[in-house]
Amino acid sequence: MTLPPCYRPDDEEPADPSRRSFMIGSAVATAGLIVTPLLGEAARKDAAATQQADPNAIPVTLDVNGKVHTLKLDPRTTLLDALREHLDITGTKKGCDQGACGACTVIVDGRRINSCLTLAAMNSGKKIVTVEGLANEGRLQTIQAAFIRRDGFQCGYCTSGQLCSAVALIREGHTRSDVEIREWMSGNVCRCGCYMGIVEAVRESI
Amino acid sequence: MNPFDFVREHEIPAAVKSGAREGAKFIAGGTNVVDLLKCDVERPTHLVDINALPLGKIETVSGGVKIGSMVRMSDLAANSHIIQNFPAISQALLVSASPQIRNMASIGGNLMQRTRCPYFRELTWTPCNKRNPGSRCSAIEGENRLHAVLGTSDACIATHPSDLAVAVAALDGVLTLRGPAGERKVNAVDFHLLPGNTPHLEHNLKHGEIIESIFIPDAAYAKRSAYLKIRDRAAYEFALASAAVGLDISGDTIRSARIAFGGVGTKPWRAKFAEAALVGQRPTPNIFRAAAEAEMKSAKSYGQNAFKIEFMKRTLVRALTDLTGGAA
Repeated sequence: MTLPPCYRPDDEEPADPSRRSFMIGSAVATAGLIVTPLLGEAARKDAAATQQADPNAIPVTLDVNGKVHTLKLDPRTTLLDALREHLDITGTKKGCDQGACGACTVIVDGRRINSCLTLAAMNSGKKIVTVEGLANEGRLQTIQAAFIRRDGFQCGYCTSGQLCSAVALIREGHTRSDVEIREWMSGNVCRCGCYMGIVEAVRESI
Repeated sequence: MNPFDFVREHEIPAAVKSGAREGAKFIAGGTNVVDLLKCDVERPTHLVDINALPLGKIETVSGGVKIGSMVRMSDLAANSHIIQNFPAISQALLVSASPQIRNMASIGGNLMQRTRCPYFRELTWTPCNKRNPGSRCSAIEGENRLHAVLGTSDACIATHPSDLAVAVAALDGVLTLRGPAGERKVNAVDFHLLPGNTPHLEHNLKHGEIIESIFIPDAAYAKRSAYLKIRDRAAYEFALASAAVGLDISGDTIRSARIAFGGVGTKPWRAKFAEAALVGQRPTPNIFRAAAEAEMKSAKSYGQNAFKIEFMKRTLVRALTDLTGGAA
């Protein structure tokens, strides 16, 4: 089994850096033909099929990372599920799905929020920035590079939420000490325990 | 999640009309409602989004400050007039939830949030009188370390989770409500209800009514106020015990006191006995302790939460000590 090369900020971009496509590729390779329910792919198609037939579906316009999407959604759809399952913008992660972990953090109209605790319909017309919107023309934002440099993650599942939260935190200015950074990053849990690296990365990016 | 239809209202009369329909529920920040929709504890058939209502202002008015119910927790906490004149309000908000949730949650919704009792939120296997009247309280004989010791009944011992509501109760807040029958005002201390035999009735808000604003009167005790919250971890956690305290001290005598407790009561707990024990006294450690004893006389333990009785007393003593510059 060949391991993917370790990605460092100075390296060239890997041909396809998406962990999701790597996972799908690996799953196909591992599971052979039995790969139908792949990582929400089928669920997303189901959701798409349902929404067309759903008489309760309502029009929702989501401006995500500068691109406007017009959708018809079941009103029960959270912003998180709209991003992941309907728009295939999967950088934002579902952790606890009840506002306790912060993995789903996105920036809406300049403010960080938990996308699992708001309905997509409540965010119609607002400007949403996800982790995919942080880098500028392929160049990582300062905080993203600092996370890599400072080992601000291990498994990476919480990282997109940590990054969105950190970007907003730096803008808010609650970064006058490590204690303050910790308190104002407390809405983002990292179960690998990379808090030292996260605080250092934020401090370096102020 | 139960199916519902969704409408966003922009004007108060239209919102009240939408909200008065059978099965309708208002949603503001969503931080509690969306969670309870997912748990199936809340099962509305119509959801009315009131975030666009013109209730987002913090205004200094004659005799106090008027806070629109759609103001977000983070904005109220950071407001300089609030920090200067009502520090307990700002402090209570800053120790609530997380920065993300404070950016979302509204002030009105914060007062309306429902208990975090795990039996209330877990409907697949546990009885709960609040969720299913008459089914029994699972916490009384169950895991109740986090439950209330004040204002409890044989039907319910769930705590009210809000920190803000504790500070608002202490500082004599007054709510303006609006519904199909017009406007009315309710004192914050009368807004939340004791469980008694009807723990499913939690507040003094009729179906279709919304909270429009919260008024907090200017006062010396409001200006000299603070909020102390003690919890299992240092951040992002509900209170084991908390105290909102405000003192008006003239010379070395306490002229008036405002005190409310969180984390220990079935509603935001205005501590009238503690207040009475302080008025006319010098602020000393003995008097602070006596005030705490006076209020906690009626406290009742349910086993695991027995520690909260002494814990609350010490929390109050520390809050008052800090507020008086360590005089105690």
